[in-house]
Amino acid sequence: MNRILATKAGSNVYRLRIPWRPFSNDAASVISSPDAGNPEKGSEAQQYDIAIVGGGMVGLALACSLASKPLTKHLNVAIVDSNPALGRKHFIKKDDLPDPRVSTITPATISFLKDIGAWRFVEQHRHAYFDKMQVWDYTGLSYAKYNAREADKEVLGCVVENKVLLSSLLSHVRDADLLKKIYPSRLTSMSILPNSSSSEVGSTLSMTALFTHGRLAKLELEDGNSLYSKLVVGADGGKSRVRELAGIRTTGWNYSQNAIICTVEHDVENHCAWQRFLPSGPLALLPIGDKFSNIVWTMTPEESSHFKSMTEDDFLKAVNHALDYGYGPHPTSSILGSSDLFSWFKGGISSSANDCFEVPPKVVKLASERMAFPLSLRHANDYASKRVALVGDAAHTVHPLAGQGVNLGFGDASSLSSVISEGIAVGTDIGEVSLLKKYEADRKPANVMMMAVLDGFQKAYSVDFGPLNIVRAAAFHGAHHISPLKKSIISYASGELRLPLFA
Amino acid sequence: MASSKLLSQPRWHRFLPRNLSRVRLFSDLPSQRHVSEPQNNGVDPKSNNNTRKASSTPSSLKEPELAKFSAIADTWWDYEGPFKPLHKMNPTRLAFIRSTLVRHFRKDPLSARPFEGLRIIDVGCGGGILSEPLARMGATVTGIDAVEKNIKIARLHANLDPITSNIEYCCTTAEKLVEEQRKFDAVIALEVIEHVANPAEFCKSLSALTAHEGATVVSTINRSLRSYATAIVAAEYLLHWLPKGTHQWSSFLTPEELTMILKRASIDVKEMAGFVFNPITGRWSLSDDISVNFIAFGTKETNEEQG
Repeated sequence: MNRILATKAGSNVYRLRIPWRPFSNDAASVISSPDAGNPEKGSEAQQYDIAIVGGGMVGLALACSLASKPLTKHLNVAIVDSNPALGRKHFIKKDDLPDPRVSTITPATISFLKDIGAWRFVEQHRHAYFDKMQVWDYTGLSYAKYNAREADKEVLGCVVENKVLLSSLLSHVRDADLLKKIYPSRLTSMSILPNSSSSEVGSTLSMTALFTHGRLAKLELEDGNSLYSKLVVGADGGKSRVRELAGIRTTGWNYSQNAIICTVEHDVENHCAWQRFLPSGPLALLPIGDKFSNIVWTMTPEESSHFKSMTEDDFLKAVNHALDYGYGPHPTSSILGSSDLFSWFKGGISSSANDCFEVPPKVVKLASERMAFPLSLRHANDYASKRVALVGDAAHTVHPLAGQGVNLGFGDASSLSSVISEGIAVGTDIGEVSLLKKYEADRKPANVMMMAVLDGFQKAYSVDFGPLNIVRAAAFHGAHHISPLKKSIISYASGELRLPLFA
Repeated sequence: MASSKLLSQPRWHRFLPRNLSRVRLFSDLPSQRHVSEPQNNGVDPKSNNNTRKASSTPSSLKEPELAKFSAIADTWWDYEGPFKPLHKMNPTRLAFIRSTLVRHFRKDPLSARPFEGLRIIDVGCGGGILSEPLARMGATVTGIDAVEKNIKIARLHANLDPITSNIEYCCTTAEKLVEEQRKFDAVIALEVIEHVANPAEFCKSLSALTAHEGATVVSTINRSLRSYATAIVAAEYLLHWLPKGTHQWSSFLTPEELTMILKRASIDVKEMAGFVFNPITGRWSLSDDISVNFIAFGTKETNEEQG
């Protein structure tokens, strides 16, 4: 019961991390010009303090965070990512249609991005703050409506396209003082040898010798380059190569669900995040800005191929139907007893027009292609081993139903850079396992807790069983009307509380 | 561990004032980074390597002791080995040293190499666990230890990183260096003084090594009921963190005693802090609790002559 109540909060579908190339509208070739700072093929191996494998949102956020801290901004960082867009200057045009890959950024992440200086770039492009959220299900028994003001906040979150986030982080990294080099290639192999003593006394060892004695990790790339590094950070996504090469095992399972994502357009502005739990999975409608919204529809694999292949008009009709009267009636407050029953919980907040159930705005046009991909849960057993640390999806992938995924990743980046900074303050070798385990001890409990909560939610909603439906509806009802509970739920989903309130 | 030590030492601590009102406690200082933990477990993990920095009695270094230390010397840099408690405590000690020395020498607290230009000596360096981080923080480090094997291990390990390969390691004692008239901006002797035969003489040597307006940092274990329960009974007999007989409770110094003998050696103790261990998180942190492990920072008085 606790978990169900606690998760009502973030029940929006947000963050989708798909391993592919974003925002390259034109097929550009890999740039290796000198001013891009990329090494030529086959050049001599160089040594770095930190090699970030994976130049995605979380990897670049880590680089920005290191650049923003006084103790770490002198570090020499290499970023390994074969995405050609990382070598280019600008890849977003203002009048581009919104990309269907978006993330919902919680207020905690917004303040992190502001701290590292990347948020101001985001604000120059399309982004959408939202302060209202409505969650209901197909049974029509109840609904929950959240307003940021109830938790004394301005916004519940902000929806940003992944390409906007990525380009903001990249611009900021480029401008920062941090010594960095982008290696536009893929990692093929990584070796880290066990510690051993040198038998030579009084001489300074070469990079190769340091590597032989376990003081440096050696990375080999597809284009023939190799580099040495004191610490390797795996920020390369759910199918992390770094994690594989480091021999870190994972636990997890596939959900028998796929998600369809696309961008749609309305006739009116949308400032609210909507999520309806349907029998086979939640359907979420998120505002992106400029009358556009993003749809994330979780369903069985068969349904997903059906919905993906149907005509645009049919699809739009299906979406409107699903958000409206499809699958079940509209919820009203009177089903489970009138709101008078809970009035003594409300603590003085009278129900206003904002509290009433609303039907989401109609979808009139499909603005992007529909994409489908399978969902799974995966968690690395360790986040750190000798000279290796994992952040973001490489460490954990979650169900998108609460939009927490990339926010967990940003939390990882923030924590790892703090730990590295503290280590440097007392002269530690940053690749030492004992230091990296501090990062793991900081992030693992919070991440595992969030994953358990989301997984519980996913399971709670995969069953259509009368009494369970009533229990779920009661939970919704409680979450809607009991204001202290609502406040706590909003705080947890916003990334402010680390553990659920009831613990 | 037999020690023909300080039983002949005068018990002048009985005549000292009990309070240390002159000494500023760590928590009074503005930039506070560590929170005191409720639990603590006093350990002197470095003791089993350490040697008496013999003062005027070089015969206090016994062959069986040296052999015992040499046997485990190879495990110095094994983070999970017998020196694990010391490795765990190390960042906390360094935090105190960084904070006090940066303030004393007016260095930039946000610099990654704040000790650039400072000559620091690590007395009783063992395998170099303290020396290497100090070198990474920019200092010119000299490490001395009376056990030859420790120095060898320290040199080999330090060569593995270009930054630390410049550390000067010598198998010698503080007294011998005083004879050579060496001077250092900061003299650091952690977990050593409880093993020397004559702490007062040892402090005089430390002071003689400290340059004009320099700093001295000494850490040890308090002689209190609590430290008997934790450092002796718990650490040696219950948890087996240290071999039995590593410490003699009678050779521990109270903060008052340490302050007094440093004062008599022209070192004015300015700050003191304690280390506490949280068994739940397995981490050490700095606190005002000096009842078990404590560390003292003092500066060399240049004007007064002590009798």
